[in-house]
Amino acid sequence: MTLLEVRNVTKRFGSFTAVDDVNITIKTGEFFTLLGPSGCGKTTLLRMIAGFDAPDNGQILLDNKDIIDLPPEKRPFHTVFQSYALFSHMTVADNIGFPLKMSGKTSREIKIRVAETLSEVELSSFSHRYPHELSGGQKQRVAFARGLINQPRLLLLDEPLGALDEKLRENMQRELISLQAKANVTFIYVTHAQNEALALSHRIAVMNQGKIEQIDEPSRIYNFPINRFVADFIGKINMLDAQVIEASGYHLKLKVTGLGEVMAPVREHVKIGDQGILAIRPEQVRIDPLGSEVAAKFQLVGKIKDFLYIGDVTTYLIELPNSIRIEALQPNSFPGHAKLFEIGDPVVVSWQEHSAQFLPD
Amino acid sequence: MPLRHFFLWIISLLVYAFLYIPLIIVVVFSFNDSKLNAEWAGFTFHWYKVLFNNHEMLLAARNSLIIAVSASILATILGTMAGLAIHRYQLKFLPFLAFTPVAMPEILLGVSLLLFFLQVLNLTLGMLSIIIAHTTFCIGFVTIIVRARLQGMDESIFEAARDLGATPWQTFRHITLPLIRSAIIAGALMSFTLSIDDFVITFFTKGVGEPILPIQIYTMIKVAVTPEVNAISTLLMLLTLTLIIIATRFDTSMLKGDSKQPR
Amino acid sequence: MVLTSFRLPGEFGGLVPIHILSEDANENPGLTIETYQFFFSDFIYFEIFIKSFAVATLTTIICIVMAYPLASLIARSHKKFRHLMIMLVVLPFASNFLIRIYAWMIILGPESTLSHMINSILSFFGIAPVTLLFSPFAVLIGMIYVHLPFMILPLYTNLEQHDPILLDAAQDLGASSWQRFWYVTWPQSLPGIFSGSALVFIPVLGMFAIPDILGGTSDIMIGNLIKDQFLSTRDWPFGSTLSIMLTLMVLVIVGLLSWLARPGTRTI
Repeated sequence: MTLLEVRNVTKRFGSFTAVDDVNITIKTGEFFTLLGPSGCGKTTLLRMIAGFDAPDNGQILLDNKDIIDLPPEKRPFHTVFQSYALFSHMTVADNIGFPLKMSGKTSREIKIRVAETLSEVELSSFSHRYPHELSGGQKQRVAFARGLINQPRLLLLDEPLGALDEKLRENMQRELISLQAKANVTFIYVTHAQNEALALSHRIAVMNQGKIEQIDEPSRIYNFPINRFVADFIGKINMLDAQVIEASGYHLKLKVTGLGEVMAPVREHVKIGDQGILAIRPEQVRIDPLGSEVAAKFQLVGKIKDFLYIGDVTTYLIELPNSIRIEALQPNSFPGHAKLFEIGDPVVVSWQEHSAQFLPD
Repeated sequence: MPLRHFFLWIISLLVYAFLYIPLIIVVVFSFNDSKLNAEWAGFTFHWYKVLFNNHEMLLAARNSLIIAVSASILATILGTMAGLAIHRYQLKFLPFLAFTPVAMPEILLGVSLLLFFLQVLNLTLGMLSIIIAHTTFCIGFVTIIVRARLQGMDESIFEAARDLGATPWQTFRHITLPLIRSAIIAGALMSFTLSIDDFVITFFTKGVGEPILPIQIYTMIKVAVTPEVNAISTLLMLLTLTLIIIATRFDTSMLKGDSKQPR
Repeated sequence: MVLTSFRLPGEFGGLVPIHILSEDANENPGLTIETYQFFFSDFIYFEIFIKSFAVATLTTIICIVMAYPLASLIARSHKKFRHLMIMLVVLPFASNFLIRIYAWMIILGPESTLSHMINSILSFFGIAPVTLLFSPFAVLIGMIYVHLPFMILPLYTNLEQHDPILLDAAQDLGASSWQRFWYVTWPQSLPGIFSGSALVFIPVLGMFAIPDILGGTSDIMIGNLIKDQFLSTRDWPFGSTLSIMLTLMVLVIVGLLSWLARPGTRTI
C-alpha cells in the first residue's frame, strides 16, 4: 500500500539544482534508503518530506493528499537528525516526552509512556540525565525513542549512524532493523554509506546530482546496477571499455578494448554500435594457477601484479595482455595462508558469462 | 613549571594588580579619617554619615536607579527581539543598525541623541530623555549577547522541535527561551550596570532639573574632591558586586558559560 | 512581523540621529562649508585630531601588550578556573567609570605615595620633580585602565578556541616555543586582536571625560572639542562638523579592521 509519494519534485538553490524532478513511491512498513555521495540532494529531499524546505516544483502526497502546505509540526512524520538534535536543557525523559507534550497529552500519560519507552530502549536508569551526560550510542537511542514515541506514520533518518564508531554502528544497524519491525513504522533513511544501505534497506534509491539513478532492492542494486554510476558507487567493480558488435537472443557480443571479443547477457534498449563498459565484480572473477582445468568459456592468461590482504579476503591485481588490469577477490578460507599466489605468478583469469554485464553510457 | 609559564603568571598577576589596586585604594580611603586622600590617618565612618545626610546625592541615587531599571527592562525586551530576528531571518542590515551604537564612540551617540531629542522630538531633556538614551545604547549589547548564544546552537534542535509537533510559538516557549534565558539575564544585568555606570550619554541628555548620580560624582571630582566620593564609590561597587553575585546564584550557567551546551 | 514592528522604534533612536546630524550641518548651506573651512583653516583642530589618534594608537598597543599574556594564561588554564579568572577581569569594569578614573586621581595626586616615590628617585638622579596628575601620562594611564578589559575579553575568546593539537603538531615538526607562538598562535589570534583593537581604539578616540579629569588644560582631545561646542560654546554646526569628521574616522577604522579580520584570517 502506498504511504508517501514524491511526484516530480525539484528544488533549486540559486542556479544550483539540488533535487531534480524526483519521483519516489514509498510503501507502508518499508525501510527505504536514499543513498548517494554528499551533495547529491538526498538530505534536501528528506528535508522537503519533513517540511523544513518547500520544493520549487512537484507534489508530496501522503495517503494521496498533497501535504506541501503543511508545516513540519502538522505532518505525522518525525526526523532523527545526524546531530541527534537533543534539547540540551531537558533531561532524557523530557526529551522523549516532548512530542507527547506538544500534542497535549496529560502529564500522567506522558510519564507512563515515557517510562515504557525508556525501558524499551534500555535507558530507564538515565531518565534524569542531561544529553551531555550520555555517550554517543545512548544519545542515539534517545533520539530514536523521541522520534518513535507517538507512533509517527513515517520516521525520517538523516545519517543517524554517521557519528558512531564502526563497532557500535554495526550493533545499531541490527537494533534499527528490529526497532523498525517492532514499531511497525515506515523508515526513510539517508546515508552515503553503501554497505549500511545494503544491510538495512528493503529498497534503495541511488541518487546522484539531484537525480534518482536507480530504485531497487539491495541485491538487485548490487548485482544489476543500471549504469556506470551505480556500478561504481556500490561496492567494487572492474570496468572495461566496450562496444556492442552483435546482439542476438540472450547474448551480446562485445568488443572489449585490449581483450578482444567477450560475451555478456543481453539487456534492454541495447543495440549494435553502443559504447559502454563491461562491468564485473571482483568476487566473480576466478583465478587459477596456469595450466589448471578451467570450465568457464571465457578465459585469459595474466600475471599477478599486486595483492592486498585484509584478513577475510585477499584482493589480487592481475595484469592482462595489453596492460589491461583487473581485480579479483579470493576468500581466505584456509587458515595460515595469507595468499595463494605470489607477485609475478602467471594465472588463468576467468568468469561466467552471466556474471558480467554491459552498461551502456 | 616551565620558565615561560612562570613569567606568564607574573605578568598576569601584575595585570590583575593593575586592575584592582586603584579600586582597593578608593575603598580603603573611604574609611580614612582625613580630608586628604594621601595618608592613612585612622578608621572612620564619617564620610558615609556625610553621604547619607546629602539629600541631593540620595535623590540622584534614586533617579539613577529608576533610569537603570527602566532602561534595562526596555533594552532587554527590544534587544532580545532584535537578536532573535537577526538570527532567524539572517538579516544583513539589522546587525549594523543594532551594533552601531555599540561601536561608535559614546560621545557621538550622546551628541546625536541630544540633537534628536531637541530638534526632532522637541522633548524637554529630563528623566524620560535619559531613559530613552540609555535604552538605545543598551539594546545593542543585549542583541549581541543573545545573538551570540543563538549562533552557538545546533540549528537542528529548532527544526527537531517543529518536527516533533511544536508550533512556532511552542518552539520558542519550550526550546528557544530556556536555551537563551541565561543570555537574556546576562544582557539585562549588563544593561543595568551600563546604565548605572554611564556618564557620557547621561551628560549630554540630562536636563537641568533632576540630579543624576554620575553627574553628581563628576561635579564632586571636578570641583572639590572629598572622601565623600570614596564613600559613594564604595557603595556603588558594593551594589554592582551584589548584583553579579545574585545573577550567578540565579543562573549558574552564566559563570560556567556554554560548558553545559554540547558542541 | 510582530518582532520587527516592536523592534523598530528602539533601532530608530539608535541610528537616525547620526543621520540627522549630517542634515543639521546641511540645513544652513552657507554655514556648512564655512564650518569645514574653519576646521581646516586652524591648525589647532588638526593637531588635536592627530593627537587623539596618537593617544588611541598608543593605548591600543599597550592594551595588546598587557592583555595578551593574561588572556593566554586564562585560555590555557583549567576549565574550572577560567570563568573565575575572566570574572576577575570583568569585575572592576562593572564599577562606575568615573570611580575608576577617580581612583587614578588619588594614585597620581601630588601628595600620593607614588608621586613621592617617583620624585625622590628623580631627585636622586638630579632631575626636577614632576607632577603625574593633569598630564598626558595620566590621560594615557586612565585610557588603558578603563579599556583594558575590552582587549582581554575578545582576545581570550579567540585564544580559547585554538586547538592545542596545532601547537603539538608545530612542536613535532620542529618549531621552538617562540616559533610556535609566532607562526601558529599569533596569526590565529589576529581576529581577536582586531576586534579588541576596535573596542579600545574607537572609544578612546571619542573620549572626553578622561582628558577632562586626569589631563591638563593642553591635553584636550576630539571629544573635549565636541563637548565644548555643544555644551559651552553652543556652536552646534561646528560641533556637528567635528562629530562628522570623527564619525568618518571611526567608519574608516571599523572598515579597515573588519576587512583585516575577514575570512582567510579567521579561525574555525
